[in-house]
Amino acid sequence: MVTRSRPKRLQSAADAAVREVAPGGLLDRRHFLRGGLGVALLAPLPVGVLAATGAGSEASLVADNPSVVTGPDGHGAVARPDAQSALASTRTPGTPFSNYGSPSRHESEVIRWISDNPAAPGNGISWTPLHALEGTLTPNGLHFERHHNGVPDIDPAKHRLRFEGLVEQALEFSLDDLLRYPMQSVQCVIECGGNSNAGWNKRPIQAPVGYFHGLVSASEWVGVPVRHLLAEAGNLKSARWVVAEGADAIEHHMSIPIARILDSALIGLYQNGERLRPENGYPMRLIVPGCEGVLHVKWLRRMTLTDRPVMSRNETAKYTELLPSGKARAFTFVMQPKSIITSPSCGMTLPERGFYEIKGLAWSGRGRIRKVEISADGGRNWAEAALDTPVQPRAFTRFRIPWRWNGQRATLVSRATDETGETQPTRRELVAARGRNGYFHYNAQVSYAVLEDGYLEHVYLEDDAEDRAW
Amino acid sequence: MVSAQAARVRAEAGMRPSAAFFLLVLALLGEGLLGVRALAGAKVPVGQHGEAGLLVGLGRPVSARDAGSALVFPDGTGLPSGRGSVELGKEVFVRACAACHGSRGEGGTADALSGAEMALDSATPDKVIGNYWPYAATLFDFIQRAMPLSAPKSLSTDEVYAVTAYLLFLNGLLEAGATLDAASLAAIEMPNRDGFIWIDVPSESMPP
Repeated sequence: MVTRSRPKRLQSAADAAVREVAPGGLLDRRHFLRGGLGVALLAPLPVGVLAATGAGSEASLVADNPSVVTGPDGHGAVARPDAQSALASTRTPGTPFSNYGSPSRHESEVIRWISDNPAAPGNGISWTPLHALEGTLTPNGLHFERHHNGVPDIDPAKHRLRFEGLVEQALEFSLDDLLRYPMQSVQCVIECGGNSNAGWNKRPIQAPVGYFHGLVSASEWVGVPVRHLLAEAGNLKSARWVVAEGADAIEHHMSIPIARILDSALIGLYQNGERLRPENGYPMRLIVPGCEGVLHVKWLRRMTLTDRPVMSRNETAKYTELLPSGKARAFTFVMQPKSIITSPSCGMTLPERGFYEIKGLAWSGRGRIRKVEISADGGRNWAEAALDTPVQPRAFTRFRIPWRWNGQRATLVSRATDETGETQPTRRELVAARGRNGYFHYNAQVSYAVLEDGYLEHVYLEDDAEDRAW
Repeated sequence: MVSAQAARVRAEAGMRPSAAFFLLVLALLGEGLLGVRALAGAKVPVGQHGEAGLLVGLGRPVSARDAGSALVFPDGTGLPSGRGSVELGKEVFVRACAACHGSRGEGGTADALSGAEMALDSATPDKVIGNYWPYAATLFDFIQRAMPLSAPKSLSTDEVYAVTAYLLFLNGLLEAGATLDAASLAAIEMPNRDGFIWIDVPSESMPP
């Protein structure tokens, strides 16, 4: 993460120039921002730190300083200028072109982990490895999966999308038809309602971020606004709900209020620039920005306008949240604000004390993220993180804050606030409001203890109280 | 790789433009320009009220007979004709469902369907059909759509009614000698019918 062989002269200059803004070594977020107060400080910093921020101008630094080169592994390293000529890759032709690229063979461990049902392998989930990714978009091959009974193999030439029920004229569209309609692009997350549900466990789960919180992914979805197609079919005044159905082996179907469909739903046809992947609904899926994943019906084949919800199994027996009273929350569509530190995070080890960038993801189904705050002392003091721009509603927002670890135990926490003013709750607040048996919609703050040896483990801040209560 | 090279050659061949291709592009351009003029004349921003859909107008009418809804509602709307007994249901369940759900709907690898011991408002509640599912018709619908996972749609309508009846029997909601059809299924009032609070539903979509 940070080069070990740093010039002592530069290290001390950088140390002297930064200001701690919260206890535990949290530094002013503006230090590494282009145009912020830190611009003048960029040059003295080690290249490894710059590479980690992604915000500085590495190229000019390298050019101005012949004693510093970027190593073949992409990390900064100090070497003699003529070491370049010894690189094997400079002495043989590279491999030729490919029709469809793949990740580097050195990245073979960046994969989705699969948690399936041995008795029905198409029933289960696979997780996005959030801890191994950067930026605000999820590569299509790493988008999380939740299938109830496998991925159907659909011939796009034969697939039809039908609108029926409370319409003036039931209509059917082929994929080619839909491709001629005006499209819209929306960058948004899709998060499974069951994401992070290990957070309800009595003991903090020790798993990498992706395999705890990785049932959320973000893409640029492009497709046809459903309102265009409903205008053509003529939705009747009595229509209050739309029941969306998929062409998979459970014919998954969910009811959605028609106002939400008319306002923002798309028939999604493209994901991050290419047609949907089969596991993401090829050839078409419903996109309902800000809503829980189960509504984004994949392999979409029918939308029936009705005057009431259909009360399917997945909107009654599942995807409802039991409260301590014995009543259950139902039709909990909107995903509430959430943030996760992706690095450094559970299972990682800091190699030594010194500078690190704390970074992660925040999102809210209610709109834009307004701010993300970070604590290095278990939530007693907070400092505001920088947000990568543009900050888009209902999409991943990447946050960053520089941090200097002094080698002592620290507890890292993040909390997000969205533009409606709603702040991500502490775990104690969430459990007080919802009990422990809701299963879905877990959005509490997440904490990691940094141990003296640099290892990070997932902790609950209210451990003692939990032990007394349970 | 040989195959990659072949693919590249095919791609190059495919890109060689013909006169017909140019004509096609010109024709599409012409149509697109016409389309732009038509949209501009609509005086409503595209996408505001779906007018663009009306202008494109490619939806193919489906006859009322073909557009009959396949949805099953709690009041029994959409349930097919047919009937099945608890007795037949037990037979079908043991054959098609018990491998995952256990022969009495509990103790298997899949969700427990019956046998709740802890109440919904206890610290460790059991959620099964009898104490959690609000509507019996939903049970028929889900079995018909999705079960068994290894062979969806393999049960006849009568068998789906029968398995539904057996599960309701296991949950203490039907007698051992009972038989279910559309009317008797819709008439069953589930104990947790009023156990749900609707959260993100606008007032116009709430039940009257």
